[in-house]
Amino acid sequence: MEPSNKINFSRRSFLKTSALASGGMLIGFNLFNACKQDVKMPVDLSTLNYNDFNAFIKISPEGKVTIFAPNPEIGQGVKTSMPMLIAEELDVLWDDVYVVQAPLDTENYTRQLAGGSQSLRLAWEPLRQTGATAKQMLVNAAAAKWGVNASECKAKQGVITNANGETLGYGDVVLEAAQLEVPENVTLKKPEDFTIIGQGTANVDIDEIITGKPLFGLDYKEEGMLYASVLRPPAFGQVLDTFDASEAKAMPGVVDVITIGDKAKAYLESEKPNWTAQLSKSKKVVVLAKTTWDAFKGKKAIRATWKEESALESTEFHNEKLNEILEGSKFNTRRKDGDVKKAFAQADKVLERTYEAPFLPHNTLEPMNFFADVNDEKVRLVGPVQTPEDAAKTVAALLGRNIEDITVEMTRMGGGFGRRLYGDFVYEAAEISDKIKKPIKMVSSREDDMTTGVYRPSTKYKIAASIKNGKVTGYHLKEACINGNMYGLIPNFFPAAAIENYQVDTANYKSNITTGAWRAPYTNFLASAEQSFFDELAEELGVDRVQLHMDLLENVKNNPDPKIEYSPDRLQGVLKLVVEKANWGKTAEGTYQGLAVYYCHNTHVAEVADIEMNNGVPTVKKVTCAVDCGIVVNPLGALNQIKGGVLDGIGHAMYSDFVFDNGVPQSNNFNSYQLIRMGQTPKVDVHFVKNNIAPTGLGEPTLPPVGGAVANAIYKATGQRLTKQPYMNNLQAKKVVG
Amino acid sequence: MPTFNLKINNKTHTVNADMDTPLLWVLRDHLNLVGTKFGCGIGQCGACSVHVDGNVMRSCLIQVSQAEGMQITTIEGLSENGTHPVQEAWKAIDVPQCGYCQAGQIMTASAFLAQNPNPSESEIRNAMHGNICRCASYNSIEEAVKVAADKMS
Ligand code: FES
Ligand code: FES
Repeated sequence: MEPSNKINFSRRSFLKTSALASGGMLIGFNLFNACKQDVKMPVDLSTLNYNDFNAFIKISPEGKVTIFAPNPEIGQGVKTSMPMLIAEELDVLWDDVYVVQAPLDTENYTRQLAGGSQSLRLAWEPLRQTGATAKQMLVNAAAAKWGVNASECKAKQGVITNANGETLGYGDVVLEAAQLEVPENVTLKKPEDFTIIGQGTANVDIDEIITGKPLFGLDYKEEGMLYASVLRPPAFGQVLDTFDASEAKAMPGVVDVITIGDKAKAYLESEKPNWTAQLSKSKKVVVLAKTTWDAFKGKKAIRATWKEESALESTEFHNEKLNEILEGSKFNTRRKDGDVKKAFAQADKVLERTYEAPFLPHNTLEPMNFFADVNDEKVRLVGPVQTPEDAAKTVAALLGRNIEDITVEMTRMGGGFGRRLYGDFVYEAAEISDKIKKPIKMVSSREDDMTTGVYRPSTKYKIAASIKNGKVTGYHLKEACINGNMYGLIPNFFPAAAIENYQVDTANYKSNITTGAWRAPYTNFLASAEQSFFDELAEELGVDRVQLHMDLLENVKNNPDPKIEYSPDRLQGVLKLVVEKANWGKTAEGTYQGLAVYYCHNTHVAEVADIEMNNGVPTVKKVTCAVDCGIVVNPLGALNQIKGGVLDGIGHAMYSDFVFDNGVPQSNNFNSYQLIRMGQTPKVDVHFVKNNIAPTGLGEPTLPPVGGAVANAIYKATGQRLTKQPYMNNLQAKKVVG
Repeated sequence: MPTFNLKINNKTHTVNADMDTPLLWVLRDHLNLVGTKFGCGIGQCGACSVHVDGNVMRSCLIQVSQAEGMQITTIEGLSENGTHPVQEAWKAIDVPQCGYCQAGQIMTASAFLAQNPNPSESEIRNAMHGNICRCASYNSIEEAVKVAADKMS
């Protein structure tokens, strides 16, 4: 049995109940932490306080269940899958369940839930416990009413039945149940008894999305609100020098032109600015107008001059810096097994390759925007941000306000990919509204969004492996990156523990270009690099690619290592599955296959890309994807994320480039920056490894390896080893070989 | 500012706006029809797609002054209660991820299928090529267009 990811969770004090004044039972609970002993449950929905509990379930006298979902939706389906966990153990019909995004305009709002791929993994136990506990209380209440033993009663699909065949609906006993003690020991269902988990369940917001209802930050409006467009420095390294707003001010739709930035600068220079404050220290010119278009137009009419405050860097310069790092000796060693130097010295052969990837903007389709209403009493913030608690704290510090004055309300998000972890747009909105003491909505144009981003940093990997007597004896990976380096357990990912002499070194160059997390940080390119390297290594060894991986994973099984969190068995499992489902090595003429296998974000994935060449241009026709993410909670949502991750990975590996010239991004909209479109997309054929292991996330893990699979397939078709992304800019060979 | 009379979703609306204001912003900011989305503003992403006299067009590229006399349909007016076969197919396949591009995708697909109710796979892929889905829900979009086509033909 594989270890499941245990989360410390005290059931004793995570949940409380009350009877609602309007009828029904309210269950308040805290996900991931216990509630305070003295907290009171509301008796009225209008007084829900998310400071005491971070989520609530309401069961009405009619037996309908409303779940106040505690996680904002960024496109990963957690708003659907997390309530499924509660509903499963509560044992109700999914059709009787309503999911409401928890309203957040409460005082002192503080709840920060794990984002991204981790949400479901962390919620797996606590949410099921919550549902099971509530169900037990309902059963206990029914048993008391009948005067029978609770153990003689069964509950299923919202109905409790006793040994005599009498029945009571959940709604019939909610008032009594709300008065009972919270039971300490409840039994969770066995996976084979699941009726909701494992069923394809549509996105809970589907009806609103397909009819165009206001859901997103950009759709949020209030009476009297002004639209704000912000003119920021065009180059990283520049700050505002002078500006002339006379033309803009004369425009009929423009209400005012102001500057902001003093507060942001002071905050950034304070002792410990919050990590989400990825802001320029420059003053910025803000056009306030009656409509978004008036604000955009007004901004274009501002004449501004800029001065250089720090170096204006170009892509060529970054290239040189990263190369210098790779050639140098100043590294931080992140894992070291054996002695790579010795292994290389004694090798029959050493294979060494360098892989390169550019900066990437996130380009969420909904551009950055935020609503702020700052007045003497309150600071209200509404919009799409993934880190509301950091946002509230930072705005409090930025504006010198008490945290109690601040509320953050989250809307649905038009994509995240890591961008909305950073709150720069929240802080700008707050500073603008603070200055004019009116409600405003800061809206970025696409150009603003793309050129003042928090980018995936440009990265290079130098990978070397030593071969002795037909075996891989050493592996040395060096990472040179802008601003940051791989974090956490990444240095312990495969092939750590598979090769006797193994070392991972990292170093970075500090740039003034803002960088941050981008879907599957670091691994998004590391996996492509390593998976290309293994392909070449297998060729060098003269062994089958699949066999090389199987053998290396066998080594891991023979040398258990407490620091590795990937499972060699599960990696072998997805590899076997993908080989079978993709017909690996048995394709028709004119189809070329490439393979990659990877573990990240707690999920094991193997992928085979099938490509064809058309006039010297590779087209990815199909990607077969084998996934081991434990129990699949919502297959519909899971497939969406898996396929999306694969296609997103192909798009960025093949097409997307982002170059700087003297600090200025050279792409600013979708005519100069290429995102993958339908005509370039293959069919993604997904296969799950079936097991009963606790679920792991899917928002990220399928993206990283696919670049490697594509590069390996292109090699088979063209004979060219692609080491630099985006591949299509670096593909020279136009001839089809083999 | 000049006044314009626009026919949107079978209703006439009067708006005051600069003549170069894109229809997109008239819909969103003046008329509160926010289902039509802003993605790029330069005709590249398709998030702002609407129907003009039955053809799909990018509302970010139509100036309000040109829009007078046009029969404009937005996602809000595509059907009563989301029952257009394309919307139903979108629901059956559970297409959306973040959902932001989907109104534009649905408007493109519905105009396309009205003109070509029996499309081939490559016709579908061509018709939908202009609409970016940053979440890359392309496989599901393609499947949903096929499902809708089966229903409509
Ligand atoms: S907003 Fe009109 S095409 Fe992108
Ligand atoms: S669903 Fe997010 S952009 Fe298409």
